[in-house]
Amino acid sequence: MSTEVAAPSHTVPLERTWWERNGRSAVVWTARTVLIVALLAAWEWSAERLFDLTFTSRPSDILTRLVEWNADGTLWIHTWITLQEVLLGFGLGAVTGVLAGFALASLPLVYRVLEPFIMALYAIPKVALAPLFIIWFGIGLSMKVLLAAATVFFLVFLNTAAGVREVDRQLVDAVRLMGGGRREIALKVVLPASMTGVLTGLKVAIPYALIGAVIGELVASNRGLGYLINDAAAQFDTAGVFATLVVLSVIAAILNLGVSMIDRRVGRWKPLEARR
Amino acid sequence: MTGPDTTELLRIDGLTKQFVKDDMGVVALRDFSLTVERGSFVTVLGRSGCGKSTLLNLVAGLVPPSSGTIAYNGRNVTGPTTEIGYLTQSDTLMPWRDVRRNIEMPMEIAGVPARKRAERSRELIATVGLDGFERHYPRELSGGMRRRATLARMLSADPETLLLDEPFGALDAQLRKEMQTELLRLWQGSGQTVVFVTHDIEEALLLGDRVVVLGRLGRIVLDKPIELARPRDADVLRVDPAFVALHGELNEALKEGAKT
Ligand SMILES: Nc1ncnc2c1ncn2[C@@H]1O[C@H](COP(=O)(O)OP(=O)(O)OP(=O)(O)O)[C@@H](O)[C@H]1O
Ligand SMILES: [Mg+2]
Repeated sequence: MSTEVAAPSHTVPLERTWWERNGRSAVVWTARTVLIVALLAAWEWSAERLFDLTFTSRPSDILTRLVEWNADGTLWIHTWITLQEVLLGFGLGAVTGVLAGFALASLPLVYRVLEPFIMALYAIPKVALAPLFIIWFGIGLSMKVLLAAATVFFLVFLNTAAGVREVDRQLVDAVRLMGGGRREIALKVVLPASMTGVLTGLKVAIPYALIGAVIGELVASNRGLGYLINDAAAQFDTAGVFATLVVLSVIAAILNLGVSMIDRRVGRWKPLEARR
Repeated sequence: MTGPDTTELLRIDGLTKQFVKDDMGVVALRDFSLTVERGSFVTVLGRSGCGKSTLLNLVAGLVPPSSGTIAYNGRNVTGPTTEIGYLTQSDTLMPWRDVRRNIEMPMEIAGVPARKRAERSRELIATVGLDGFERHYPRELSGGMRRRATLARMLSADPETLLLDEPFGALDAQLRKEMQTELLRLWQGSGQTVVFVTHDIEEALLLGDRVVVLGRLGRIVLDKPIELARPRDADVLRVDPAFVALHGELNEALKEGAKT
């Protein structure tokens, strides 16, 4: 039998040139670089000529400020504080969100009862919670962590729950036919099937972890990047404000990279077109 | 058809299944009774929508009946068991597992050690002709290849009874013939019992010891032993008068079943 059924397709080595393999991403990266350089040059050129330096600053000043802050340690002290808040907030929100998502989605009746309340809580602008959190937790680290976690939790929770609820019934039945119980269904079907939802939740939650932490610092703090922005702005130091924003976007980019690396590992089975 | 109790493997009595659709009840199967002997190969033939898949779902224990009983090996069926292997009409390979890991899944759940799993899956992959595709994910396979992988997965649990719902419908004529031969080879001498659902008259006659023709709502229009000598070759049988007569009879039964 095995010899009769010839494999209907076979693999051939592809002789793809460097350009065929990497051409597309080379173009994309070149375009990106050109774009950013052009933007920075235009900014640098127009800063003094068309706009007031006090308002727009300019790239060279921002760079100088970053170098200064790096030298005197300001940059690292504040970045470290904010990074801690973001990571703790993101981690706390993500873990509780995933757990709650799995738990509630496996209890459809409870989920239906609670859904309107959850949506109502989700709709509250989390910034509005800051004063309340100050009363509850003081102005230390925990208040910012919880502010960040509050938004992350809902985004991860809702996406996880959606992922769990959309698991294909037929796959669950397939595991039941193999003699699997609740444990096997949870581990071998529900968990991998809902991974897409979990990762979507994590991805959309990253900026909100930053927002939560920075808002917390803007409202009440004497440390962290949010404080640094406030402080610089109070002194009309726009270069300082922009320098802090640069640091914040670098943090966001690194977090994004981390999540998409997990995504790529978990999503190997998906067709290429669906991965982006 | 009912032999002595020792040979009776499956007994279905007054089975009815009704689904709820909005405020209506949809009857898929009404007052269905059948017994299947141990070690036999029964083909179930019926038009689309007559309740064949519903019947297998009930026998496999995936859904509870609205009324009636199913006894397997003398015990009431209340849920799925690994003694019964069920190849459902649609493919249910796990999209995130490659072919090999899909085939090993039932053994994984049964707690078979990894070395033995690998050995058995290699065998089965060869049996269904999927060598070279071990590392492919279901989406990277053709429909027929997915079907064969699903079949291999079912066989990996070594079930004593096979419920097959139109297993070869998606295969081309040549491959279908080869898979039929392979299925018969696996079945003969294994002592396994097979319930094979199809809507292809020729397939039903080539494979079955017995053909059960279903009409609407699972009414049994015809229940007939097929005594054609094995091995049965389609090309030879097509001109065999006994086969032609049976073919005509089943065709009539299908037509009649569609009426009421
Ligand atoms: N979950 C369900 N809800 C409502 N009606 C259903 C459900 N499952 C099946 N039915 C109905 O039951 C009837 C029998 O369906 P079934 O799938 O058993 O047919 P079948 O004989 O397997 O057909 P086919 O050869 O096309 O696979 C159909 O009329 C179908 O509409
Ligand atoms: Mg069907």
